[in-house]
Amino acid sequence: MAAGEAAVDDGVMLVALLVATLRAAAPLILAATGELVTERAGVLNLGVEGMMLVGAVVGFAATITTGSHWLGLLAAMAAGMAMAGIFAALTLGLRANQVASGLALTIFGVGFSALFGAPFQSHPIPGLATVIFPNLAAASPFMQQLLLLDPLVWLALAAPFAVQRFLARSRAGLVLRAVGESAEVAHSFGYAVIRIRLAATLFGGAMAGLAGVSLSLAYTPMWTENMVAGRGWIALALVVFSTWKPHFVTLGALLFGFVTIAGFQANAWGIPVAPNLLATLPYLATILVLVLISRDRLRLKLNAPASLGKPFHPV
Amino acid sequence: MRLERRAAASRLMAVLAPVLAVVAAALGAALLFAVMGKDPIACLHTLFIAPLADATGVSELALKATPLLLCAIGIAVGVQANVWNIGAEGQFTMGAITGGAVALWLGPDGAWFVLPLVLLAGVLGGMAWAGIAALLRTRFNAHEILVTLMLSYVAIQLLGWLVRGPMQDPEGFNFPQSRQFEPAATLPLLFEGGRVTIAALFALLAVPAGALLLGRTLIGYRIRVVGLAPGAARYAGFSETAAVWFCLLLSGGLAGLAGVSEVAGPIGQLLPSISPGYGFAAIIVAFLGRLRPVGILLAALLMALLYLGGEALQITQQLPLAATGVIQGMLLLFLLGADVLVHYRIRLGGRAHGRGRSGRG
Repeated sequence: MAAGEAAVDDGVMLVALLVATLRAAAPLILAATGELVTERAGVLNLGVEGMMLVGAVVGFAATITTGSHWLGLLAAMAAGMAMAGIFAALTLGLRANQVASGLALTIFGVGFSALFGAPFQSHPIPGLATVIFPNLAAASPFMQQLLLLDPLVWLALAAPFAVQRFLARSRAGLVLRAVGESAEVAHSFGYAVIRIRLAATLFGGAMAGLAGVSLSLAYTPMWTENMVAGRGWIALALVVFSTWKPHFVTLGALLFGFVTIAGFQANAWGIPVAPNLLATLPYLATILVLVLISRDRLRLKLNAPASLGKPFHPV
Repeated sequence: MRLERRAAASRLMAVLAPVLAVVAAALGAALLFAVMGKDPIACLHTLFIAPLADATGVSELALKATPLLLCAIGIAVGVQANVWNIGAEGQFTMGAITGGAVALWLGPDGAWFVLPLVLLAGVLGGMAWAGIAALLRTRFNAHEILVTLMLSYVAIQLLGWLVRGPMQDPEGFNFPQSRQFEPAATLPLLFEGGRVTIAALFALLAVPAGALLLGRTLIGYRIRVVGLAPGAARYAGFSETAAVWFCLLLSGGLAGLAGVSEVAGPIGQLLPSISPGYGFAAIIVAFLGRLRPVGILLAALLMALLYLGGEALQITQQLPLAATGVIQGMLLLFLLGADVLVHYRIRLGGRAHGRGRSGRG
């Protein structure tokens, strides 16, 4: 009997680990899926970190002021889109360099979120409610664990499927990919390259906003300065890792989620490593996967959108 | 309104665009202050004028401009070769760690050679940290933007661990900090009463050295060709690998020098946080200075003024320090926007000069 209980305990712990991994992976999946769509249209927006920070703080502030998590999510998406709009105005409108503009967007986002968030610093709020079948909670300890998953986690798990379907099966997705592969050809077929790239950039912004707010409303329900802590950059690396295929984004994000959680848990598991050193794990893992994927130049070249980062100027 | 490409880049606009960006950022800042319920004029005065009112202010300006200048010149040389080192913050931190380690280890000796070794260790630490990115880029094709940035986070965590672990001051009441460096391991002051050290001279020296490198040497020429026309560079036999290594080692070394100069200078010990984002602000400085050393000198002074003004705003106007970050960010965004005028002129109304097809954009 005791052995049976121990097995259940092990099982629950395993589920708990899976749940924690999913929760850590969700912001990465959301941000990377959005950036993937942006990049498939040929636009390289390095401002993901900045968009996530602004989404996180605006969504948090909106939730505190209105008392509604849903308005918070909407506000975060709008904020992410507004940031992406700045990037689009610079790169698509004023033809500025995409790399520099993305960096500028992140620098601006870091500053803006810190300023805007100063009054809300370390002010805890109830986390995003888990909405699925409260009655099941009592049924089993497994269910209890699964119920820790907030709606944004489910959205993050669904988003790559939706994006994959959109890109592969829909006409609009085909046009978007055409714009990313060869803007000139798409233009000569009569497609509005700039407008399509704008739409893809704004979608990336909305997803980054959601990714940010999933940190400040669900993952650790509070705002702390610079709380995104490089996840926007990791999401950018994930897009490269995925070779621009949505499902691999999920796979990579789960890997990172696990590395992050393993870092948190290491001391509990009796591995005596200083917290500061464990905190380096996700960044080192990013470098490692980047190296593993990038060394195959041919594969990267075949899969990357051919017009990625290249400006297009009609006339 | 539409954009019409200039036959050649406008030199006037290349100089004017940063000025326009500064003016626009100042207006943006005024708007920001007004939104936050402060008097915009008083705030702008505090930000741009008040810090320079006395000798202390000018000396603090030089103090803050020093690391910005060192980091930005390295970054700018890299960007000219299309090598994006955005992890100067990490190389800065690594330089502080390695230089600080030597300072803690040899400082008590008090010998004359301690300080040169401390500086050398700092430079090498920064170079090694950037060298990882160079190796991964040239050997494995991993993009230096992400690698240098990730390594920055790693370096900052590493410093956090060291000052709580192996390098912690045993008599420091368990505070996360190292021992104070001995005088033999500390940079001499440029003049009594200020905090500016001879590191400011290194930074000033980097300006003509950088200009000479880019304008008058074969290496500088190759760097610019690799950046402007990679195809032509390959055809001419200029190695991109060599350019990547050179740019990253140079910028890493300069950032390392900046880092060690901070801890062996005004800070005087290792702390968990040793930089208010100099490495990142240096990216703005590099662009604002048009990637040219002389321009970067002016831009570094302006950015240092923003840091000082930001601190003054916090004290006298109770504005969060983060306001500085917003103004810095606006500055770069406006600059990138204003740069359109270098290559294009704005035409109002119809398509007067119908060169080429009509466009949709």
